[in-house]
This record gives sequence, C-alpha cells and structure tokens, in this order.
Amino acid sequence: MLPFAYERAESADGAVRLASGVAADAPASADAHVRFIAGGTNVTDYMRLGVMRPERLVDVNPLTERLGAIRLDEAGLHLGALVRMAEAEDHEGIARDYPVIADTLRLAATRQIRNMASLGGNVLQRTRCDYFRKTSFPCNKREPGSGCAALEGVNRRHALLGTSERCIAAYAGDFAQALIALDAEVTVTGPSGERRLPFADLHREPGERPEVETVLGPADLIVGFRIPAGPWTRRSRYVKVRDRESYQFAVTAAAVALDLDGESVRDVRIALGGVATVPWRARAAEDLLKGRRLDEAAAREAAEAAFEGAVPRGQNGFKVPLGKETVVRALLETMAMKV
Amino acid sequence: MSEPHARPPAHASFNRRGFLGAAAAGAGVGVVGTAVAATAEAPTPAKSADPRAPRVVSFTVNGQRREIAVDPRASLLDTLRDRLGLTGTKKGCDHGQCGACTVLVDGRRVLSCLTFAVMAEGAEITTVEGLAAADGDLHPMQQAFIDHDAFQCGYCTPGQILSAIACVEEGHAGTDGEIREYMSGNLCRCAAYPNIVAAVRQGRDKMGEA
Repeated sequence: MLPFAYERAESADGAVRLASGVAADAPASADAHVRFIAGGTNVTDYMRLGVMRPERLVDVNPLTERLGAIRLDEAGLHLGALVRMAEAEDHEGIARDYPVIADTLRLAATRQIRNMASLGGNVLQRTRCDYFRKTSFPCNKREPGSGCAALEGVNRRHALLGTSERCIAAYAGDFAQALIALDAEVTVTGPSGERRLPFADLHREPGERPEVETVLGPADLIVGFRIPAGPWTRRSRYVKVRDRESYQFAVTAAAVALDLDGESVRDVRIALGGVATVPWRARAAEDLLKGRRLDEAAAREAAEAAFEGAVPRGQNGFKVPLGKETVVRALLETMAMKV
Repeated sequence: MSEPHARPPAHASFNRRGFLGAAAAGAGVGVVGTAVAATAEAPTPAKSADPRAPRVVSFTVNGQRREIAVDPRASLLDTLRDRLGLTGTKKGCDHGQCGACTVLVDGRRVLSCLTFAVMAEGAEITTVEGLAAADGDLHPMQQAFIDHDAFQCGYCTPGQILSAIACVEEGHAGTDGEIREYMSGNLCRCAAYPNIVAAVRQGRDKMGEA
C-alpha cells in the first residue's frame, strides 16, 4: 500500500477543509487524491488492492456523535451518514415503518461488516467488477481510456441496464435501492456549503466517463439521508436473489413499496438491484401498475416493462428472465404483507 | 510507553510460535521475538510532514492500556499480531471476506484486517486472549467450542468464538437459522458448521445462565 497522510476530522466543516485543496476540481474517481474514511470496509480493501491510492485519508469517525442519529417522525425518517448499517438494521421503528430499508441492510454483507460500515459510505461503495478490482486488467473506471475487459470477458454478474460501450460494471449495493424507491434525499456538505439533492441524482451512469460515479466533488461529504413518510412505506420489501443463501452480492434484486386500495394499486415504487450500473428505479413498470388491480398477470407485465431496454452481454443474459421473476415475486410478496 | 505484556513472553514456555521464531532467527532471517519488539517500541511524535512517519495511537486491549507508534498503513490485525504479540487473532484473507480476524471493538464485532490501527484511537478491544478468566476458566463460548468439537484445524476458531459471543449479545442467536445467518461472516474451510451451530447454541444458553 502506498503511503498516505492520515487526518482525523473533528467537525464536518473540518472534514471538508481537510479534504479540500488536494485537486479540489477533480472528480471523485477511483484514483482520487483524497478520501474520507468511516467504516473503511470498502476503502481499506480497495487501497490494499491498489485500486484506490489516496494521498490523504480523512477519518470522519470522530463525527459519529453529530452524524450518527436515527430520527423518526411524521414527516419521515432521518438517517445520519455515520449511522452504522447494523444500527439501522436493528432499529424497531425502521423495521416497522420502513421494512424495505431494514431488508436491504439485513441481507447485505455480514454482521461484522454491517457493524463497521456507515450508511454514507455504503451508498458510495464501489463496484465488485473483477476487472475493476484487479489492476492487471484494463478498466475504464479504474484507468480511464484503458478499455473494458468485461465487455468480452467474464461478465456473468455484470449490468444489463444503464450500461455503455465503456463500462458494464454493476452497482453492488442494496440499501441504495430502498433509498431510490422511497424518493430519499441526500444532504451533502462541501466547500460551498450544505445542499440537498434527490438520491436519484447522486449517481451517474457510466456513459463516456465511467470513472465519474457520482455528482460529488472530492471534498463533498454526505451528512445524512431523509426518507419522506408515505402510505407505501410500511408495505415494502426487498427480494434479493444470490448465488448463495447469505453473504453475497445480489445477482438480481427488487425493492418494492406499495400503497393499495383493496387489491388495486394506488401507488407503487420499484427499484432493481444487481442488474444496473447505478441504483435503478423502474418507473415504466410503476406507471403500468398504477390504478390497476395487482395480480400475477399485472406483475408480469410490469416486470417486462422493467427490463425493456436491457442489454445482455454474453454470460449475463440469464439475468433478464431471473430479474423479471424477481420483480414478480417482490410485487406479490409485498402485496401479501400484513401491515 | 507500552505496558508490560499480559501473557508471558514467547520464550517463557516452549510452543510452536516460540520455536518457529527461534528457528528463523537461528537461520539468520533476523526475526525478533514479537513480544520483545513491542515493549521496546518508543512512541514518536504524532504530527509529521512525512506521511510514512509513525503515529502514536492508544487503545485498550483486553483491559490493558496500550500506546504504540504505528505506520498509518498498518492494520489493527497486524498491529495486534506483530507488534503486541497477540497472535490469537488470525489473518485469513486480509480483505474482510473470511472473518478470521474478528475482534470486539467497543463491544461490537468488527474485522481487524479492514481497520487501520490509527483509527482505533481510544477503543476498547477484546481479542481471544482476553476471554478466559484470570484463573484460567474458559469463557462459556470457548468451552462450548471444545465440548462440541466445533473445529478441525482451528484457524478460524478465535474469530468464530468472538463473533459468536457478539452474536449472542446482539440477540441474534435465537434459532439455528438465525445463528447460521448471523455467523455467515466467519468461514470455516474445514466445514465444521453443524458443530459450530451446536456450540453457539450451548454458549448462548450458558451465557444466559451466567
């Protein structure tokens, strides 16, 4: 591992100051010169692999008291960026009122990792594409312009949606699917102060520049998330299909939140995990279901719509039918929930 | 300065590690006994322009306060093993995938391989060496692993035991299914899983009685 300067932040502004001044205009890409570190489960791993080579590491853990709160009220749910995954997973109010959030956390990684990993860091976790992880391969995300080894390579776990000719790496996270489904907002503090943006605007599809994964600058720090209350949050669920029963990234996944009027759909939100390059909202599928009676046939139609435009590449074609089945199952299981 | 060691220095009794260390030194490789190196280490100033300069970090390990100068790149795992001589914590994958390096930090099970030692400032750390009582009585979970033969090679066992204790304390050891799910971060290549589940069950019940 290359040497780095280790700094401990004593305040959010202090963290931003410590991160500023090191290539302040550069996008937050794989080789960013400065990185915030909280749980370290992703950053430490990628530094050891030589994929991330920060010159400066700003430890934000001392801010846990300020940015580590879970607040639940009539307006919604507020999650501080330094809430650990396990804390939110064990929170009774979240399990009751926002079960899809609890599901995405409980079904991710292992308890050790969830004890460490912060929610702010979780949404920024890097892809698990093996070519991104191994520095001996070309990868446009890690080394812009070097090419994409996954296009013609071992791409069974790669994305079908939101891909480009430069990158087909799948977004690995689960929690982000709950956030995008529930119209969450993210609060960011940076060199020009604090701002709030829709969570759906945080990540960028790879397009021509796969190395730029979010709209954040290198000195921008996520401080929290706000999830608005709504009649759909209690009837919500995450179905995650994996290669093994536990401790594995999603092959396909679907987050669903439903507001029902009897058997007909007043409102629905659907997000897809494991199949897209960024957290993915399936709006066409939602539109198809609104105002309709939800049964298996309707769920199948929605699943078809969710995967319209999917681009399989060799080995990952099986994810199209599997992803559709996942959506159908998630919709029907969510409908059957007792709330 | 560092505190004296809780466990006897490696040369006080003849064991595998002491033998290997002595053999390596005899072969001219120049390995210094880890226990000696740790106590002889003098902390250096915390701030320096050179990012490679050691930084002083202080934390408590198994009830003993430690202050040690570390390379900022050093993991908590390597620091425990190589600097403090606490080799009970094992290095498996070094990427947070196997759980062999599990320790308790402030009561929570975490992966010491994915923790930079400098980030453990002020932390209370428990390793497998800190589980048995002063009179040598084993922790109920250690005893349960022996009673159920919950290992073959034993390499993953310290991590399994610490993870299991935390699993019980979190309240996630209610059923066999829950134990399997919440212990999934500790891999056992010998596949002693059925015995591990049985051991966690017994450890849970005995911890409840204590």
